[in-house]
Order: sequence, then C-alpha cells, then structure tokens
Amino acid sequence: MRKFIIISILAITFTFNVNADTDGENDLSKNNTPQVKDCFEKINRATFKFNQAIDGAIFKPVAKVYRVLPSPIRSGTSNILDNLSNLITIPNNILQGEFKKAGENTGRLVVNTTLGILGIFDVAKNMGLTEYEKEDYGQTLGAMGVGEGCYLVLPVLGPSTIRDTAGSFANMIGGDGWYNVSAGKDTQHFSDFDYWGSRGAQGVDFRAKNIDSIDNLEKNSMDFYASVRSLYLQDRQQKIANSKTITETQNDGDWEEIETQ
Amino acid sequence: MKLKKFLTFITFFLIILSFNNNSHSIEPSIFVQSTVNRASQVLSNKSSKEEKIESLKSIAKETVDIQGIGFYTLGKYRKNLNDDQIKKYINLFEQYFLKSFASRLAEYSNPEIEVKSKEKLNENYTMVTSVLVGTSQRPEVKIDWRIYTKNPDSPKIRDLIIEGLSLARTQKEEFASIIDSNDGNINALFSSLKEFVK
Repeated sequence: MRKFIIISILAITFTFNVNADTDGENDLSKNNTPQVKDCFEKINRATFKFNQAIDGAIFKPVAKVYRVLPSPIRSGTSNILDNLSNLITIPNNILQGEFKKAGENTGRLVVNTTLGILGIFDVAKNMGLTEYEKEDYGQTLGAMGVGEGCYLVLPVLGPSTIRDTAGSFANMIGGDGWYNVSAGKDTQHFSDFDYWGSRGAQGVDFRAKNIDSIDNLEKNSMDFYASVRSLYLQDRQQKIANSKTITETQNDGDWEEIETQ
Repeated sequence: MKLKKFLTFITFFLIILSFNNNSHSIEPSIFVQSTVNRASQVLSNKSSKEEKIESLKSIAKETVDIQGIGFYTLGKYRKNLNDDQIKKYINLFEQYFLKSFASRLAEYSNPEIEVKSKEKLNENYTMVTSVLVGTSQRPEVKIDWRIYTKNPDSPKIRDLIIEGLSLARTQKEEFASIIDSNDGNINALFSSLKEFVK
C-alpha cells in the first residue's frame, strides 16, 4: 500500500513538472536562469523558522562539538558517509548515461569498502581516481529536462523542490542500496537505527563544514530565507549541469545592460 | 651608417610606442592577485578589527564596481526608479555593501588565495578563477571573479562566484524577495537597507 501511494505521488508530480516545461528544451542548455516559483512561500517560511529552531537546539550545538574532534575522526566519518552515498550515485550515473563515471565510482566503492575498511579511508583518491561527485535521483530528473516545480522547505531536511523531493522518494522504493539493507528490509546485519543514524551524521557533518559560512550569511542577510533559497537553487542548477566551467551556469544577460564606465 | 642610425631610432620609437600603448592596461588576473594580496596584508597585520574593516573598505571602494553591482542587484525594479530614488538607493547600497563585505572578510585571519586561470568572456568581462587554499578547519574553496574590463586601464570586480554560487545573484534575489513581499514597494527595500547599515 505504501509503495502504491509513493508511486502515485511520483507520477502526479512528474506529470505536472513535465507539463511546465513546454518547449521541450532543457532550460539549462539555454544558459538562462529561470525563476523557480515559491508557490508555498508562507508555509515554507514557517517551516524554515521551525528548522532554524531545530538547528539551534540540535544540529548547531552537535556540529560545534563534532568540529573540535580530532581531524582523522572527522575525515573518517565524512569518508564513510561519502562511501555509502555511492550506492545512490552509481545508479544515477547509469541513468544519466555516464557509464565511465559509474565504473569509476563502483571501483571507488569496492576499494574503499575493502582496503579502506568500510570507507573510513579514501584509498581510491590516493590511487588517482578522479574527484568524487555525488549524484541523486533529483539531479537525474533535472538532467532529463524535468523542471524544478515549486520550491519547498521540508521539515528538518531543509530546502528542496517538488522535483528533488520526488527524487528522494526513489531512495525509499529501492533506489538506495544502503536503505534497502538497513531500514527497508529486515536484515540481520543492519537496522533502521543504522540508516537514520547515518542520515543524522550527514546533517551534522554538513553543518560542521559550513558553520562559519552559514553564521556569516545569516548575520549579513536582510532576508535570510530568500538568501538560502537562492543559494540552494543555484547549487542544484550547477550540480545538474555537471559543469566544470563557471560560465555555463552564469546568466550574463543582466550584466550586459549595466554600464558604469 | 645613417641608415643604421635611422633604424635604431625607428626601433626605439616603436618600442616606446608599444610601451605607451600598454602602460596603463591591467591584466585581470594580475589585478585580482594584487587585490587579494592587499586584502590579505590587511587581515594578517596586528591592527584592531575596526582598523582592518576601515582598510578593507577603502580597498573595496577602489577595486569593486559597487554602483554596477547595486544596479544589477535591483534587477527589474531598476527601470521603475526616478532620479531621486536612484541617488538614494546608490548611497544606501554603497553603505550596505561596504558593511556586509568588510564584516564578511574580517572573519578570515589570513586567507591564502591563488589565482589559477582566466577566461575572457567578451570585451566587457573576464572571469578569473582562483582557489582559497584549504586549512584543517575548512576544505579548499573555488572562487571565480567576474571582472568588468570595459575600461582596461581600470578593471573592477563585479561578482564573486564561490563554488559556483554567485554572491551578486544571491543578493539580487534577496532584494527582489524583500520588494515582492511588500507588494512591489521599493521603500521597503530602502528601510531594510537603512536598518542594516545602522
């Protein structure tokens, strides 16, 4: 029953999003920056406030403690989480037709899980494999030309869009190997606790790495909610384009009109 | 012999001419590196935080096209403003920009930035790529600089793109959000700016 509901939600959201993109061309390929609508702004702002309270009470204090742990513990934790995320990245590499990257990431997963002792050490990096880039189902949908839909702020999980939220449902219906063997099915090796623990650790790891920049942004923003929304949407757009050159994701049109010299 | 003298003269003349042509034009990547070096010198010296902020502000006034960024940040609302409002806005924006920019930078104790490459987009813009060298507390950060080169003698910074995220665009969307949530009233933005620079 649960699967049926999830699949129905996915089907509905995809239809809406595909309809929104009528000219059949991927927005990113046109090198412009379409405005993503904030259809639920009032609710989003309320959820954002709620998330800030949770952040202040839980994530930020834990991240502060985590940050003073010795560097090998932090990098080990971060490596384990990155290694697990390969289980989502690899199927998405394949879905996006990036077979070479899928192969490299499979190699990375095998080497780091074995020689790197469950991912604690990033042995693959030392072997010269290219830099690891995470992929997810939301990015794959974006690469296929599915528009973002509306901007959404999810409780605890933070900024997202309808497309990206739909994408993360795919993790729970078999798209994430780690979810499948821990929270998805009752296996003797891992439990629900292992999965949700890893998700919590991901949150803390991210928060700890960005503690200064987030504080700084909050202090220097007149509308913190709008700044976070802008940064999230820019970041997703860039990740979907898989672009190495900055000029592909920047819209020059607006700049051209401004003359001061 | 006369011919030799003449040729020497011509050669000198041409050399001087070519120096003259280029003497004021500043290469965007060198401009970025020297600006960064000046800022890092300020940040690593022993003066008080307030003194550092003042020195950073004066570097910014010289090297950043604050007025250009201000216009860009207004987006579609730029065209609705009358002359008085534009004057008021530019004045407020400069104060806002210098305050937020300097306090952001003053947090770094001694940032080490290495300029990597540059790409000329057109006559008006060059993108300079650099990295903020990583420390044990934070990873390496990629920073791209949009340099306005319409007047090559005096290049100006128009945007910083940190790990692909444009500061100018973020600010533009923030300003639009403030105006939009007040039914398009530009005075709402003016009051927020005044509040910030207080």
